[in-house]
Amino acid sequence: MGELRLMKGNEALAEAIIRAGADGYFGYPITPQSEVIEYLTAAKPQDRTGMVVLQAESEVASINMLYGGGATGKKVVTSSSSPGISLMQEGLSYIAGAEIPIVIANVVRGGPGLGDIQPAQSDYFQSTKGGGHGDYRLLVLAPSSVQEMSDFVPLSFDLAFKYRMPVMILSDGAIGQMMEKVELFDQIPRLTDQEVKDKYPWATNGKPKGGERRVITSLDLDPAKLEQHNYHLQEKYRTIEQNEVRYEQIMCDDADYILVAYGSSARISQKSIQLLRAKGIKVGLLRLITLWPFPTMKIQELVQKGIKGFLAVEMSAGQMVEDVRLAVEGKVKVAHYGRLGGVIHSPEEVAEALEQKIIGG
Amino acid sequence: MSEIAIKDIIKTENLVYKKTSLMTDKPLSYCPGCGHGTAHRLIMEVIEELGKENDTVGVAPVGCSVLAYEFMNVDMQEAAHGRAPAVATAIKRLWPEKIVFTYQGDGDLAAIGTAETIHACNRGEKIVIVFINNGIYGMTGGQMAPTTLVGMKTSTSPFGRDVSLMGNPLKITELVAQLPGTYFVSRQAVHTPAAARKARKAIKQAFQNQIEGIPGLSFIEIVSNCNSGWKMTPVDANNWMVDNMFPYYPLGDIKVNGELVNK
Repeated sequence: MGELRLMKGNEALAEAIIRAGADGYFGYPITPQSEVIEYLTAAKPQDRTGMVVLQAESEVASINMLYGGGATGKKVVTSSSSPGISLMQEGLSYIAGAEIPIVIANVVRGGPGLGDIQPAQSDYFQSTKGGGHGDYRLLVLAPSSVQEMSDFVPLSFDLAFKYRMPVMILSDGAIGQMMEKVELFDQIPRLTDQEVKDKYPWATNGKPKGGERRVITSLDLDPAKLEQHNYHLQEKYRTIEQNEVRYEQIMCDDADYILVAYGSSARISQKSIQLLRAKGIKVGLLRLITLWPFPTMKIQELVQKGIKGFLAVEMSAGQMVEDVRLAVEGKVKVAHYGRLGGVIHSPEEVAEALEQKIIGG
Repeated sequence: MSEIAIKDIIKTENLVYKKTSLMTDKPLSYCPGCGHGTAHRLIMEVIEELGKENDTVGVAPVGCSVLAYEFMNVDMQEAAHGRAPAVATAIKRLWPEKIVFTYQGDGDLAAIGTAETIHACNRGEKIVIVFINNGIYGMTGGQMAPTTLVGMKTSTSPFGRDVSLMGNPLKITELVAQLPGTYFVSRQAVHTPAAARKARKAIKQAFQNQIEGIPGLSFIEIVSNCNSGWKMTPVDANNWMVDNMFPYYPLGDIKVNGELVNK
């Protein structure tokens, strides 16, 4: 068994970054995730693994530091919260276009604008639909516990390098701030410079002797070539949709109704299921782990199985619900429930919403 | 007098100049008369001379030199507009043994990327920044730059730069020279062979500093022309540059060995 600790989600994320063998963290403080950079500067990762930690002048700079570092084949990561992530959208578009592996964590807070510093899930669109300009995707993982804040870090790096793309860990202020027991994984060694060179021949870290130079760019002024590049990206995204969908089914086997939720809302929904089942209503929970790729096939399978209705539970005005509707294709009822602006819904509110909007509606 | 065949002339002992292998064979996309080609070549010659061909990572900007990576035959990254110093910061921090440089125009470095420029300089990142200042946005068709001179006409200052509306041309090189993080700051030009030789010397010093691991950033400005954007012939553009740009952006070292040069 790995080392057990009682940690905040943000601290677990930070410790996992070091243990995952990351080469560099570049970030800018913002509530409710500033513990990440505070932990990393205090933990002296330079001494532990040789990892670089740098406080950038802005989120714009941090994401471009990830562009530069990731493009050399090193494992680089940043974290921020919603307004900071908005600032990073330009960089993410370039990173996706140039096919650079990076990991980015968003500890979401209420918006729009400066909003507040309370937990929210209103960055779903920005995270799963691209966010910046152009046709691209982020692979999005949604932890619903402090344990997953840790576990998803090495997974994110693996996926980022497997597909050469940005991977986002999308949590929220509640997951970031709450303390839970976490079993930490053992230290994964950082790659040596030579290992990086051998493993990632595309990376720009000095032209190989007698070899060709490498170029990392998202630019191609020839529209025919840029179209081909876009087809290549889309093909990659189709592969990911086939291979990387992750979810957890909780009491779905005998269910008549399904709550679809991720992150904090999934935790709350587990209690809602108990409340509803105590009243004799057979409800299950489909907890999304990947938000993109979205479990469209799974939802269609549940529809086939005879599920009578889906309630999308998210702390937003209804963003993920659109993907649930697209998957259900109008065959059964789909509704949304969620509180806004950093207000967290209660299990009772969710249970009541299912009864009113799906069963009674 | 007998005929001399070309094959008799092309002999090793007769070679006085050879294109550096660190410039690709791709024809330059710059306008005839533009200083970019010379600046590219000087940097690549220096890297070759210092034997760092396999240990260099360059960062290209957005602007006329957005395609610099097509011509510079070393590992290259293309940054978003203005972000090259942030990109280079991470490369250098993660590969401290490598030689890292950015190549940026005035819009890229002194307008949209001012924050990244100032902070990379202030942190004393051990990189080289080469800044091409031609006082105009060439790529997008001749709009006003942060370094456009007072009264200078551009497509967004069609009646001349009016200080009361558009502010003063930004002497960002003097500005970064004030920061303790910069070690060597020099302003050069490449419009004559003599100027190019001086520019080459400054560029070499900048890279030498990095190779030696000297703490601090080396910043080389090259005041250049934009005959297309200025709507002049190449010769007129060079003359105009000497008469108008040089008085406002005087050539020479501004900071040497971490100390401001007294003028």
